[in-house]
Amino acid sequence: MSLEGAHIFWVFNIFIILLSVMGAYYIIATFNLIRSLIGLELLIKAVTLLIVLAGYLTGNEGLAQALVITLIVIEVVIMVVAGGIVVSVYRNNRTLDTRRLKELKG
Amino acid sequence: MTTRLVRSVVGLAMVSAVVSILIFRLNSPLAAVFELSVCAGLISVIFVTTISFTQRLTPEKLELRRKQRFDKYSYLPVVLLAVGILLMIFKPNPDFPLPPVPKEQDARNIIWHLRHVDLLGQILVILAGVFGVVILFKEPRK
Repeated sequence: MSLEGAHIFWVFNIFIILLSVMGAYYIIATFNLIRSLIGLELLIKAVTLLIVLAGYLTGNEGLAQALVITLIVIEVVIMVVAGGIVVSVYRNNRTLDTRRLKELKG
Repeated sequence: MTTRLVRSVVGLAMVSAVVSILIFRLNSPLAAVFELSVCAGLISVIFVTTISFTQRLTPEKLELRRKQRFDKYSYLPVVLLAVGILLMIFKPNPDFPLPPVPKEQDARNIIWHLRHVDLLGQILVILAGVFGVVILFKEPRK
């Protein structure tokens, strides 16, 4: 990696690490199902940016874009299904607090 | 709780917009457009719909919010006007010097010729999502 490439890598990497930490903290700290989904979304954004950065540094921008588009489609489907599950959980339990969801306890 | 959740969703949309600017700076305009339109737009709508399904306000609270709304955002037209005047005065001309993408690196070529099996996978994932939502929202038999 050239000096300029290393510089770009670290500048964007700070943002990627920040997004990952934010997403992980959001998932760990909250008890609300919708907030957990938002944390998951932040983590996916970090991965998206990392793929684009890798494509830029290796000179494979086109391939990285194709992978990112596939990732975005999968991300949307995950969010739609997860949103449906959240609504379904709320209809059955009248709460989104994970501490009160004890029906599936083994 | 509802307001805080909606604020979180708006924050997520803003992060998505910033990420799409960064992706554009990394010479990937097609991915940036997808990120901005789908992630900042569609996913925010999905989240707001989920919140409105699960965190309904009582009629009293709704009425209270309706009354407070105009007082709360009364400064917004002034801010918009000031931003518009500043933009008219300074006329920003964003200059993004990006190197041209070679033809073999064009995302459209790669999607349609090199990674065409991905498209089949995408269609299958979308169908799986649609069936999942249909099953989740299915009314129970009486």
